[in-house]
Amino acid sequence: MAEMTSHRRMQLYGALLLLPAAVLLATFAYLPTITTVINSLFLPGFRGAPAEFVGLENYQLLFDDPTFWKVARNNLIYAIGTIPTSIALALGMALFVNGKLRGRGFVRMAYFTPTILPMIAAANIWMFFYAPQIGLFNKLLGALGFSGVNWLGDPSMALGSVIVMSVWKEAGFFMIFYLAALQGIAPELKEASDLEGTSRWSFFWRVTFPLLMPTTLFVLINALINAVRVVDHLFILTKGGPNNATNLLLYYVYENAFSFFDRTTAATITVVILLVLAVVATVKFTILDRRTHYQ
Amino acid sequence: MKSVTAKSKTYAPRPDYFSIPALETVAAWLLAIIWIFPLLYAFWAAFHPPAYMVRFDLFAPLTLDNFKNAWAQAPFARYYLNTFTLVTGVVFAQFVVCTLAAFAFARFPIPGKNVLFMLVLIQLFVFPEVLIVENYRIASELGLINTITGIGLPYVASAFGIFLLRQTFKTIPRELEDAARIEGCNWLEILWKVYVPLAKPTYLAYGLVSISHHWNNFLWPLVVTNSVESRPLTVGLGVFSAPETGVNWATVSAATLLSIAPLLVAFLLFQRQFVQSFLRAGIR
Repeated sequence: MAEMTSHRRMQLYGALLLLPAAVLLATFAYLPTITTVINSLFLPGFRGAPAEFVGLENYQLLFDDPTFWKVARNNLIYAIGTIPTSIALALGMALFVNGKLRGRGFVRMAYFTPTILPMIAAANIWMFFYAPQIGLFNKLLGALGFSGVNWLGDPSMALGSVIVMSVWKEAGFFMIFYLAALQGIAPELKEASDLEGTSRWSFFWRVTFPLLMPTTLFVLINALINAVRVVDHLFILTKGGPNNATNLLLYYVYENAFSFFDRTTAATITVVILLVLAVVATVKFTILDRRTHYQ
Repeated sequence: MKSVTAKSKTYAPRPDYFSIPALETVAAWLLAIIWIFPLLYAFWAAFHPPAYMVRFDLFAPLTLDNFKNAWAQAPFARYYLNTFTLVTGVVFAQFVVCTLAAFAFARFPIPGKNVLFMLVLIQLFVFPEVLIVENYRIASELGLINTITGIGLPYVASAFGIFLLRQTFKTIPRELEDAARIEGCNWLEILWKVYVPLAKPTYLAYGLVSISHHWNNFLWPLVVTNSVESRPLTVGLGVFSAPETGVNWATVSAATLLSIAPLLVAFLLFQRQFVQSFLRAGIR
């Protein structure tokens, strides 16, 4: 009996320790998720009338909206444009910095520095490059005798320009995970392959790259999340324009909620984002965590 | 480890063993120069008169006018204060809340603990900024609009912090805890005297990552603030440098450097700790 009460008391203490986190998570994560889903199923009532349940009608409206599809397509292109490039660059950087390289400290610092800048500052700096009249890129093109490009104003260029900036911002962050993984690869493998006269190229593809697979998956998950989550740079570079050519899902949520004051559409798009994140989370928890054990 | 390297010497490895051929050295350096160039360019633009924005002249006159202009045209002192308050407040609150929750998860018999933990981990994917619309409504119902508390509070119960600290606490041997209990410590004293000191490296790593994150965070602070009194640096900078305001570029450069300077200097001084922290915090 005494044993039982002490167990109970431990349970009570445990619950009390969890309480602050639980209240905050409920307030700012679970509750808003639920109300977002609910809002996406209702139309707001006018002049104090109660909201009207409309089922999936808001989704129907959203899926009939060509702008939504444009934005979703942009986000897909943005993901496809940034993720493989920044992962490949990150891996290349890590291989460079892991070797005996002259000035390794500086090179590593150069690669990593964009990571600690706020996206807003990075966008400001890239604005100096991209601006049509006085931007550095067009000045350079002009000096070489080419006519300038409207990097952010031309709908066919703008998303590409945004992607280039994002790759610059992200690659160095992913590099450090590859670097750590490379340092964990046993040097004996390299020695053995040298004895057999394996070329560096085939050593990389047959040994290093497969061994880095868990890191690649981990980085991929992070990159996917960032492709959905980070839209700060759009506020400076393009504001989603021209004509939505660079609009991304989360920025479109922001526009709907705080520029068009259409909370219902914003909620409906948010649910779409949450579904995408749920897929990413499922992939992480099922595939990735089966490989990289944590307790 | 040593015997391996010694042995490898007898095999006389090729001279380029683990070294990088010349072509790759050039590529590595070229990439490094491309990567650091935008930042160097921002420095160039900030310390020279606007006329030299795209005229590279080694003897261009240096000036601090751009910084003076930026400082005069926007209340950067206030933004600094706001960001500083925000970051210290968030990190302190995160330490307290996440420590308590992580301790519960690591050492207490809570019914349905694994399910609860999975529920916490959901927040690794569902961030406050994804839910801006509803979080804005909740923040306004709580009277937190345009307050620094409003910017920080949604981030305080950080799944990431709970996860990291729980991992660390689980590695701490029970014997230490038992010893403390024999000496008459209660649970909170055990947490404070045994677990927290042994988790110092985790606090450092998580703290640095959290500081960087909140120093740089933009979207949620933008939504929840609407005046100088609560805006952090990023939002202040965003408002100041929006292209439509027509502020001259050299001034924008200076303002950008002003906003990133403290974090950048800290990073350059403590590079190793920063990289280690991001690494430690990233591998979860």
